[in-house]
Amino acid sequence: MTIKGKAYIAGAFEHPTRLAPDKTVAQLHAEVALGALADAGLRREDVDGYFCSGDAPGPGPASMAEYMNLKLRHVDSTEVGGASYTLLAAHAAEAIALGKCDVALVTLAGRPRSEGMATGTAPRPRDPHQPEAGWEAPYAITTANGYAMCAMRHMHEYGTTSAQLAWVKVAASHHAQHNPHAMLPEVVTVEDVVNSPTIADPLHRLDCCVISDGGGALVIVRPEIAKKLNRPLVKIIGTGEAVKHLTGGSFDLTTSGAVRAGPIAFAEAGITPADIKYASIYDSFTITVIIQLEDLGFCAKGAGGKFVADGNLIAGVGKLPFNTDGGGLCNNHPANRGSMTKVIEAVRQLRGEAHPAVQVKNCDLALAQGTGFQLATRHGSATLIMERE
Amino acid sequence: MTRKITSPVVTVETQTFWNAARENRFMIPVCTACGKPHWYPRAICPFCASEKVEWREASGRGTIYTFSVMRRVKEPYVIAHVTLAEGPTMLTNLVDCDFDRLRIGQPVAVVFKETENGPPAPMFRPV
Repeated sequence: MTIKGKAYIAGAFEHPTRLAPDKTVAQLHAEVALGALADAGLRREDVDGYFCSGDAPGPGPASMAEYMNLKLRHVDSTEVGGASYTLLAAHAAEAIALGKCDVALVTLAGRPRSEGMATGTAPRPRDPHQPEAGWEAPYAITTANGYAMCAMRHMHEYGTTSAQLAWVKVAASHHAQHNPHAMLPEVVTVEDVVNSPTIADPLHRLDCCVISDGGGALVIVRPEIAKKLNRPLVKIIGTGEAVKHLTGGSFDLTTSGAVRAGPIAFAEAGITPADIKYASIYDSFTITVIIQLEDLGFCAKGAGGKFVADGNLIAGVGKLPFNTDGGGLCNNHPANRGSMTKVIEAVRQLRGEAHPAVQVKNCDLALAQGTGFQLATRHGSATLIMERE
Repeated sequence: MTRKITSPVVTVETQTFWNAARENRFMIPVCTACGKPHWYPRAICPFCASEKVEWREASGRGTIYTFSVMRRVKEPYVIAHVTLAEGPTMLTNLVDCDFDRLRIGQPVAVVFKETENGPPAPMFRPV
C-alpha cells in the first residue's frame, strides 16, 4: 500500500496578514480554509476530512469543525509542533488513499506577534505531566538556546562557521525581496547576519526566524476530483515521518528526525535528492536548514555549511533553490509553526505560480520538510514529496 | 547567581532523586536487568523496558557535550548537555564560571543550586 499518486494538493492559501490584532485565531483558521477552498474551486460543503494541530483553538478538531460548520467523516489532530502540516498533508493523503475522505482540509493559524509572545527567548509553559518537564524546567531551555546548542555541536564536529550559517539567511532574503507580504524584504549580507546581536551563542538575531501572525491552509483531494478542477495537478508521491528524542541519554544533536523521515519519503516516491528541483526546508533557524539538508541527503553529513555557502540556495544562482517565498527567516512563520508555508510555496513552484524572479524552470519535483518542537531534545519530522503531473 | 531557577517537578517516580539532592547527593537510575544507566530518570528502563530500575549514587563528574550562552536576557545563563562519567547525557546549566571560556569536551562536576521553592537542581561547573 502506498499513497503515491493517490492524492493531489488542489488548494493552497497563505494568509496575507503578518499582524492580526483585529482577528481571532478561529477567524484566521476559517479565512485560510475558505482561501484554500476558493483556490481549489471547491466549496465548504465538499469538505469531509479535517486536519489541524496544536494551534487550532480547543482540544483537537471539534471546535474548529463547529466554527466552520463542517460535516466530517474523518478527522486528525496530530501535534508535532511546526512539522505538523507536512505530516498532516501526508495523513490526509493516507486517509484519501484508504477512502476515508474525499476532500481533506488542513488549516494552521495563530497570532503570536499580536499576543506579544517571547517566542524564542523565554521558556514555554509545559504540562507538568510531561515526564521530562521536571528535568528541563530548572534550566530554562528556550527555542533559541536549544537550537543554538545544536549549532554549537555541529560547528565543533564539522567546522561549520557562522558565515556559513549566515548564507542560509542571505539566500532567504534574496527571495523575500520579491514577496510583497514578506516581513523582512531587505536583502542582507553575510556580514549583516554575523554582526547582528547574539541571541544565544552561536546564533545571531538574523539566524532566527520572524514572529508573525497569520496562517495557511491546504485542500487535498482524490485524483478523480483533482482532474475535474481547473488547477495544475500537484500529486503527492512520497511521505515520511519520524519523532527523534534523547533516547535515554544517548544521542547526537547534529542530526534531526529527517535522517529517518527523508529516506522513507524518497523510497516511496522512487526518486533521489538529486531529482528535486525545489526544496522548502523548515527554517526556524539557519542551523535547522543545514542539518535537514544533510539528513535528507542533499549533501553529506557535516558538509551542509559548505553546501549552503556562496548562494547555493538562491533561485537562479545555486543548485538547490529553497524557500523562494523568503521562508520563516524573512517572510512568515505563522503561529510559530513553519511547515504549512513550506508546502504552500512548494505548490506555487510546482504550479509555476511562484514570483517570476524566483520561479524554478521546469519545476516538476519538489520537497517540503518540517521539523517541529525542539531540535536539542525531542521533535517531530515530516517529509512531503510532490510532483507536477 | 540571582536568576530565579524554576523548581523541579517532583513526582512519585523521582522523589528519591530529589530527596538525595537535598543532601547534595547526585543519583542516577540504573537498570539491574540490562545494567544500563539512563537519563532522564524513569521507573521503566528505556533500553530493556524492565521495571528493575535502582537509584545509584553517581560520581557527579562529566564533560560538556554542547552548550550555549543565552545572551538576549537580563541575566545571561548557560544551557548545556553534559555527558556523565557513567554514560548518559543530561540537560543542565553550567554555572560558577567565566562563560566566555567554556568549551565542548571540558570536564565538569555537579553542584546543586537552590530553586524557587523546590529541591535544589543539579548543575555543573568546570573543574
